[in-house]
Amino acid sequence: MSATSRIDSATPERSAPAGVPQLDVDPFSTEFFEDPHRIHDVLREAGPVVWLEKWSVYGVARHAEVHAVLNDPLTFCSSRGVGLSDFAKEKPWRPQSIILEADPPAHTRTRAVLAQVLSPTAMKQVREHFTALAAAKVDELLVRGSFDAVADLAEAYPLSVFPDAMGLKQEGRENLLPYASLVFNAFGPPNQLRQEAIERSAPHQAYVAAQCQRENLAPGGFGACIHARADAGDITAEEAPLLVRSLLSAGLDTTVNGIGAAMYCLARFPDQLARLRSDPTLARNAFEEAIRFESPVQTFFRTTTREVELAGHRIGEGEKVLMFLGAANRDPRRWENPDRYDVARRTSGHVGFGSGIHMCVGQLLARLEGEVMLAAIARKVASIEISGPVKRRYNNTLRGLESLPITISPA
Amino acid sequence: MPSITFVHPDGRAQRIDARVGESAMQAATRHDVGGILAECGGNAMCATCHVYVDEGWLARLPAMGDDEDALLDGAAAERRANSRLSCQIKLAADLDGLVLNLPDRQL
Ligand code: HEM
Ligand code: FES
Repeated sequence: MSATSRIDSATPERSAPAGVPQLDVDPFSTEFFEDPHRIHDVLREAGPVVWLEKWSVYGVARHAEVHAVLNDPLTFCSSRGVGLSDFAKEKPWRPQSIILEADPPAHTRTRAVLAQVLSPTAMKQVREHFTALAAAKVDELLVRGSFDAVADLAEAYPLSVFPDAMGLKQEGRENLLPYASLVFNAFGPPNQLRQEAIERSAPHQAYVAAQCQRENLAPGGFGACIHARADAGDITAEEAPLLVRSLLSAGLDTTVNGIGAAMYCLARFPDQLARLRSDPTLARNAFEEAIRFESPVQTFFRTTTREVELAGHRIGEGEKVLMFLGAANRDPRRWENPDRYDVARRTSGHVGFGSGIHMCVGQLLARLEGEVMLAAIARKVASIEISGPVKRRYNNTLRGLESLPITISPA
Repeated sequence: MPSITFVHPDGRAQRIDARVGESAMQAATRHDVGGILAECGGNAMCATCHVYVDEGWLARLPAMGDDEDALLDGAAAERRANSRLSCQIKLAADLDGLVLNLPDRQL
């Protein structure tokens, strides 16, 4: 069986279905990571649905089609994996997620648990602490003046709040970012990024598996709250660690890249920093706009459960469809001046957090972190200047920087 | 085409034309009604599209789902008996004239 198994389709043999524009771009290549916007434009303008020859998958890059696919989860399912790998044909690299990689009705139950653990009410409880730590971080960085906005701010701040909020032990936390980077690389095709990440994954996987257990999670944290829902009978005792794992996978590197995106925007567009400083209540929207503008989570796949017509094209059953969230977030059909970072833009409707039943369950936590950090900057920082070479970080799903050297001055 | 009115906390009434089938939140964002943030884009996940439904209209609205009910507990402004999430109010022709009062804050 292995000789004919689906993994072979990674080496392209199929030609474009009739009428669907065929493109030979690889959205998981270094060239693409360095400048996705030009190729996003090519993808959007080629048609509402395209065929990506390199990986034998359909692609959608316009806002309308991305939104439509996200909001039809029974036709475009997640249970066969939201990466290139089709779980119906290939064993997942780790036990399948019971929320991200699940369909209704199974998804409905697990989703309700995480939605409650990360509810607006839960955010009110951590808000004050998150705010104080953001202010302290900015004060500390103002003393230093020059630093790396990725390591010292975009990583350091979430690392100072998220693991504690989860209830994690101190030791071993250095595994969290490598584990997340692995998870997001693994959604991609079997390229070097994915293969190397999986080869090196054993220690990170072992760490995460252990931290998901009840005895390793401090009372009062999000992790313990999930286990408490097993006592209440909403989930089983076996499911609880898997839901903790979802938060450890998706809750840290995403906000790192989200805050990093916001810092990169404010550093590049001083007029927008000035606008934010003149009205710090724009902080939350300035973060949201950075999510639209940079789309730290660039792509996810779906798999068709039946033959379906999408924008006039017939797609067969069992096909992978790649959604370009980042391209949808700059689709001129949907956005005015899409390539402009505008802290006062009405951002509602962007798909940086997805849309529909799988829309990010941690979005309130992400916004909280982004808002309080940008509010602290708005009040305390007068200027941000890029003071060294900006280096990009390569990941099959996450878009962000490896290094952003900046110099800031106090207000 | 139903027309609906949003009443701001300062008493200013903003009347807008809505489309049958869209939500009150979608109508509000299309017409840039300031008091509706709708951060989650209508997915019943953010509670920033909170409204107080005007007397007499509450019973005529589609019933509240469990997720809406749970989310309203976390709304920034006080929850009242007539609190709803405007993204969950789907507009039909018979809702012409609906009046929704905006809370003093959504965050
Ligand atoms: C800026 C930060 C973030 C971004 C850009 C982001 C983006 C996304 C996107 C695009 C999805 C949709 C996946 C899909 O449709 O297949 C998603 C789902 C998810 N996110 Fe986030 N996320 C962020 C932060 C967080 C945080 C802080 C957490 C947890 C604390 C989290 C946990 C999750 C989980 C568990 C799901 C799966 C939800 C489901 O399938 O129902 N995310 N996220
Ligand atoms: S728009 Fe988010 S809950 Fe209504």
